[in-house]
Amino acid sequence: MEPRTTSRRTFLSLSMGLPLGAALAACGSSGPTQTGAGGGTGTTGTGGGAGKATYWYLTGQPNEGVRTRAVERFNKANPNAGLATTTFQNDAFKTKIKTAIGAGEAPTIIWGWGGGGLRSYVQAGQVDDLTSWFDQNAAYKDRLFPSSFGAATVDSKIYAVPVEAVTPIVLYYDKRAFEKVGAQPPQEWGDIMDLVKKFNAAGIAPFSLGGQSRWTNMMWLEFLFDRIGGPEIFQAVYDGEKDAWNNPAAIDALTKMQDLIKTNGFVKGFSSITADSNADQALLYTGKAAMMLHGGWTYGSMKEEGGDFVTGGNLGYMNFPPVSGGKGDPSNTVGNPAQYMSISSKATAEQKEIAKKFFLTEMNSDAQSKDWVGITQVPIVKGVDAQFGSGADAPWQKFVYDTASNAKSFQQSWDQALSPTAAEVLLDNIAKLFQMSISPQQFATNLNEVIGK
Amino acid sequence: MTVPPIPARGKASLTAVPGGQGRGLAWLALPALLIFVAFGVIPLFGVFALSFTTWDGLGEIRPSGFDSWRAVLTDPGLPHALWVTFLVIALSWAVQTPASILLGTFLAGFQRYRAVLSVVYFIPLLLSSAAIAITYKALLDPNFGLGAGLGIPILVQDWLGEPVLAFSVVIFVVSWQFIPFHSLIYQGGVRQIPRSMYEAAEIDGAGRVRMFFSITLPQLKYTIITSSTLMVVGSLVFFDLIFVLTAGGPGDATRVLALEMYKRGFQANLMGPASAIAVILVLVGLALALLLRRLGGRDATHSQLEGA
Repeated sequence: MEPRTTSRRTFLSLSMGLPLGAALAACGSSGPTQTGAGGGTGTTGTGGGAGKATYWYLTGQPNEGVRTRAVERFNKANPNAGLATTTFQNDAFKTKIKTAIGAGEAPTIIWGWGGGGLRSYVQAGQVDDLTSWFDQNAAYKDRLFPSSFGAATVDSKIYAVPVEAVTPIVLYYDKRAFEKVGAQPPQEWGDIMDLVKKFNAAGIAPFSLGGQSRWTNMMWLEFLFDRIGGPEIFQAVYDGEKDAWNNPAAIDALTKMQDLIKTNGFVKGFSSITADSNADQALLYTGKAAMMLHGGWTYGSMKEEGGDFVTGGNLGYMNFPPVSGGKGDPSNTVGNPAQYMSISSKATAEQKEIAKKFFLTEMNSDAQSKDWVGITQVPIVKGVDAQFGSGADAPWQKFVYDTASNAKSFQQSWDQALSPTAAEVLLDNIAKLFQMSISPQQFATNLNEVIGK
Repeated sequence: MTVPPIPARGKASLTAVPGGQGRGLAWLALPALLIFVAFGVIPLFGVFALSFTTWDGLGEIRPSGFDSWRAVLTDPGLPHALWVTFLVIALSWAVQTPASILLGTFLAGFQRYRAVLSVVYFIPLLLSSAAIAITYKALLDPNFGLGAGLGIPILVQDWLGEPVLAFSVVIFVVSWQFIPFHSLIYQGGVRQIPRSMYEAAEIDGAGRVRMFFSITLPQLKYTIITSSTLMVVGSLVFFDLIFVLTAGGPGDATRVLALEMYKRGFQANLMGPASAIAVILVLVGLALALLLRRLGGRDATHSQLEGA
């Protein structure tokens, strides 16, 4: 680590000699309020303003702790050019980061979900192209899951570094409920419809769902589209093909969805339940619902909040079952292939260097992988499965690792993949579809109108 | 939402400060005026200008003529949002006004227990809308809420998942939050009514109900206008409470105009159409406030006190 620091500093002091570098550094000294990262800002002996790079990240344990520790390690190793951080809650962050970028006040490191949101930053010229940086650091790139780069790529250029953990959408189930009705986990879509009848007769809601959040409903459509028509169906939408939602496979998936709702497949009152309060998870671990389709990130919170539900071995999980006659490969998955960090184009050359150094030394590092594994997550680093050990969470982590690395197609969540404009229309219509207030055909018609927008 | 203060007319401001120099005091309004211009008038023009542009909130702002207006005005979502907004205004007015008048009249007495009660009634207004929304959401949860917790089947409803129920819940929670404020206004209004009127009515043999309808209610005419204006203009911009409580759902059953504006601007990155909706909101608000002032008659701002 030490030699690299020295060479970096040499580079920095060289760049300080250039008038441009000095001018940029002067700009960098006035930024948004910076917290944390004690001392060491301002002018140093090397000349010029050694400003800090800024980085905003999300609160919410245990993930927040991993993020904080990475920053702490980095700032300790770089006392003169570290990171100044600010933390936000998830929903507050989404609005704040957009407004900040629009106002030219973005932090140096822009944390996000990649996909359509990243594309809108790229089109506005707000984030740096990192393709050549990845070429220079090929070894770094090769260590990461290849599937994680899709959502970081816009027009075959890479604009973000994939970071943190992979979280596919998983079908969770309560083993106790299945024992109670004497049934087996579903092998295909027909089994799901049979199970719905069985569980309803036993007074257990078949599926938990936090429908008010809308993207929760979307996870169902993502899998049904994939299993019936394969990943090409949504890819056509993503590529902006005209009337792509009118594909017969899409209509079939939407119809199957409404059939499931009509037969009371979901817990009563699902459209007033939100996912951010974790009420949907609570329905599963309190035995009120038998199954739940949800992101891999819920495992940790169910373990923490669900009493002995997870630790007592009652939680089962599997990949979404195939639909008989469907074209999609049953190994395919959907969800969040990673989180993403970009560099703001408005940052100073100096801040950009700090950010890149942070990516190289801390993000996806061994120390961080250990941290993510420690909180039952699966970092996007190849071969990290060797670290899972033999703990109680190891089978879960192995399952997530295998699902993510064996998937023929790992489709990014639709609302992240599409542009914010199209995503809002999508979520709106999904809510109406689940309310049964529009038909599958109307859904397709409404969404065809925003293709490519 | 703040309603611009009704300017005091003519000599009223002079008499307000005994022996004061009226002309000199006008300068005291300057800071407020500057703030109003900086944060009220200038942004208003900014929004108006933005409604003729295309902007995704990130990149360049490009002029686009009437595109945003055309998009908003031809969208079937707009009449729906207007209708929902109107329903919220009308229903919350219809629920709040009678309740506030009755409560205010009751609290206008000077007995100690009424003073205690008025403090208790006032509590909802002290809570933030977001906190109220989160609390009600938890209480109304069909699986973990009040109904399920206490084992009262009638309370176990899909409160926020059925359009009609969700709408009723919004009206109820809005009323629960704001009735205290309007009761306070009515309490003040009732206390301004000269006691001599009641004494005369008592001599004529009028009962309490008769006194309420023949003296209290007519005398409260201008208080009702004031309170209604605040209520109507306030309901027009309800956002936080509905956003947290139902997020406009289920479907779009409770999606009011202000929510529509937020969703387009900050969730769908369509700042142009969002600005157009904002302009519509301003226009509707102005029209409603003017209408209410008309209804109140020209003398609405004059004092009703004896001898004034």
